[in-house]
Amino acid sequence: MNQPIEPAAPKRGPRLAVVVGALCFIGFVALLSYGVLQSGRGDREALPSPLIGKPAPQFSLPLLHEPGRNVSAKDLAGAPYVLNVWGSWCPECRVEHPVLTRFALSKRVRVVGYNLKDEPEDALRWLEQFGNPYMLVLADRDGRAAIDWGIYGAPETFLVDARGIVRWKHVGALDDAVIDGQLVPLLRKLEAGR
Amino acid sequence: MSRAARWLPACLLAFALLLPAARHAQAQVVDDPAPLQFHDEAEEARFQALTHELRCVMCQNQSLADSNAQIAHDLRREVLDLMRQGKSDDEIVAFLVQRYGEFVRYKPAMEPATWLLWFGPALLLLGGGVLVARIVRARGRREVPVPGEDQEW
Repeated sequence: MNQPIEPAAPKRGPRLAVVVGALCFIGFVALLSYGVLQSGRGDREALPSPLIGKPAPQFSLPLLHEPGRNVSAKDLAGAPYVLNVWGSWCPECRVEHPVLTRFALSKRVRVVGYNLKDEPEDALRWLEQFGNPYMLVLADRDGRAAIDWGIYGAPETFLVDARGIVRWKHVGALDDAVIDGQLVPLLRKLEAGR
Repeated sequence: MSRAARWLPACLLAFALLLPAARHAQAQVVDDPAPLQFHDEAEEARFQALTHELRCVMCQNQSLADSNAQIAHDLRREVLDLMRQGKSDDEIVAFLVQRYGEFVRYKPAMEPATWLLWFGPALLLLGGGVLVARIVRARGRREVPVPGEDQEW
């Protein structure tokens, strides 16, 4: 009769390999699914700012509307403010603008504009055309001060508290979900802590 | 099982590094930046070495030296300025890490949070080696069955 030979194989080795292999495979699949899910997020590329929880950088920048007058970090201390980085060259800023305007009009917090690497005439024309929601606009023409903020494009938005500590940063255009879900709760927390 | 448990993070990390990255919705100024002027070859060599170790924050898969993004140009200019101020390479890297985070380093600092990153591959190799060794040894122990007299092939 044709009897298949069944060698008395030790089970431990191969079984362990299968378990580890399966775990790695499951991990791999889980990671890929995570990656696929994450890729749908608009801010998937945003870098976490190392400035969060640290004092805002010292700066002294001229005002867009009054080039002779400089405003420094110290001048803004005493109450929280939102710093919004924008430029007339930035298409995403135009998308963000109505949302930001609506938020600024709620007078929840001071909204300071940070005009990055722009020609003053272009910036002024842009504000004239789309409206100026800012309390004041700082003009950083060469983008040097922006490096201290860790700014690498526009739009970017920071929340600085009354003591001048950076509390929050958002890279990319603001939308209502970000404002209502992140910015406003944080503001509420800041106010409660005071 | 415990080895498998130790393995998994390493596997995950290895694959995490392979995750694709794409640009996000953020804009850059477009203007034609003037090329940097170097005083001498030594300065240029040092600058090139340094900027190849730094990652461009905008494009994220290019070094600061290679990137054409506006922010990369600004940061290159800043690096050159800092070099001319007499800052050491470490100080310049620290300057950028302070502002843009660990992300800017292509060579991450050696610290507890990055141990897995540094030693993960070696750990993975070691684990694989141990596994292969065990399997081979287990096979060696296995007796080669001698076909019986009545066996027909």
